[in-house]
Amino acid sequence: MRNADFARVDTIPLEAIDVSQARLFESDEHLQYFARLRAEDPVHFCEKSDFGPYWSITKFHDILAVDSNHEAFSSDGTILIGDNPEDFNTPMFIAMDPPRHDQQRRAATPAVAPGRLSDLESLIRQRVSTILDDLPRSEEFNWVERVSIELTTQMLATLFDVPFEDRHLLPYWSDVATSSDQVGNAARAPQERQRILAEETLPYFMKLWHERANAEPRFDFISLLAHNPDTRDMNKNPLEFLGNLMLLIVGGNDTTRNSISGSVYGLNRFPAEYDKLRADPGLIPNMVSEVIRWQTPLSHMRRNATRDIEFGGKTIRKGDKVVMWYVSGNRDEEVINNPDQLIIDRDRARHHVSFGFGIHRCMGNRVAEMQIRILWEEIMKRFQNIEVVKDPVRVSSNFVRGYEELMVRISE
Amino acid sequence: MVKIIFVAFNGDEKIVDASVGQSLMQAAVANDVRGIDADCGGACACATCHVYIEQDRFPDIGARAGMEASMLEFAENVKPNSRLACQIPISVELEGVRIFLPEAQH
Repeated sequence: MRNADFARVDTIPLEAIDVSQARLFESDEHLQYFARLRAEDPVHFCEKSDFGPYWSITKFHDILAVDSNHEAFSSDGTILIGDNPEDFNTPMFIAMDPPRHDQQRRAATPAVAPGRLSDLESLIRQRVSTILDDLPRSEEFNWVERVSIELTTQMLATLFDVPFEDRHLLPYWSDVATSSDQVGNAARAPQERQRILAEETLPYFMKLWHERANAEPRFDFISLLAHNPDTRDMNKNPLEFLGNLMLLIVGGNDTTRNSISGSVYGLNRFPAEYDKLRADPGLIPNMVSEVIRWQTPLSHMRRNATRDIEFGGKTIRKGDKVVMWYVSGNRDEEVINNPDQLIIDRDRARHHVSFGFGIHRCMGNRVAEMQIRILWEEIMKRFQNIEVVKDPVRVSSNFVRGYEELMVRISE
Repeated sequence: MVKIIFVAFNGDEKIVDASVGQSLMQAAVANDVRGIDADCGGACACATCHVYIEQDRFPDIGARAGMEASMLEFAENVKPNSRLACQIPISVELEGVRIFLPEAQH
């Protein structure tokens, strides 16, 4: 952490505070920015940013209010702070309002419904065991690559029923989808990003679609969409098919991946919590919720006001961009005691905003929780310590709050 | 106090003394009824306090509507008598009601 930078936010005039800068999230400086907004201007208007003018909603209960008022705050178009590229509009159900949203979401949900999850539990446990048993001992390695990405990729391959040997395409396409100037990440030129998605991802899945459409219905995402009466023509709108693929790939991949990495990092930042866990592995389910809060794998969701509305003492105008900063709601001192601390036996740990609220609430939250729970159950059977040996490298994004690299050493 | 009987998916019953003015969800959480998560804290925004009610015996409870109906659109195993417990206020008319829990919250 760079304390010299932290001091700076106090010297910035309130109206000039712009929390959309991806670099703030790479260095954890965003924590101080949002602490100031929550204290001084919880519903904050920023006139000039790389993404144009936008409102920031920073308090837990205000986020809950916006998220559950989908009539006044529309998701239509995009849920990212940056607008869609004009020449590459990929509709997806997270960025739709009812009734289209409802139809498409309902079609995809059975893949991650509770009944389906109990079928998957033993498969996940077996995979976790293999991944952990293959890890190097007493030697430094990148946890993100060896565990977080590998486990979530295998899960995603199952949810899409992608051939196991092709599974590494999924995190690759996920990274391509999220490396977008819509979230302040310039890792790839927009044309290159669009080319990969349109010329590699889409044809790959279009082939799967035709196979699944002509086979008996099953519980993978593609088969579910190809057979549901509300979505079975989605392949005729390739960009909408691609948009939904991006949604389900990113939603099922980056989020859990970064919560897994965050769990290891968090327990190293707060060693007394790691001791609590060693003393009582029964805390794992509660710890999973707490890690998901503390990490907040997606920093924001964006809405557009559909009418003029008084909110938090401000007047939000029709058409204004409204950004709910989950990363700030999860640090709201009025709702969560000691919010910067990871506390694995925290009361009411499920009461966090990482999954969002309202009709767009995370669909795969139970799969995510189950993967992290099983991972830690198996870790505690095997390893005495997972030591983080250097500062992690963060993802540059105001949306995906994640880790590129987390170097660790395991002791048994 | 109003006596409420929560019936777990496996049939186990838990009898709870609830207060008028609480919601059914609050009564469950305050008495550690397992199977009700109530992630959003009672704002009708997460659908993790999904329950089944004895609609025939207790018509006063009423049916879901508005945001509650929207949230239940995306819950699992929704039936005609599905409600969100956070939207049901405890009243003396509910004395002895049996509230059935789903297999899991989603």
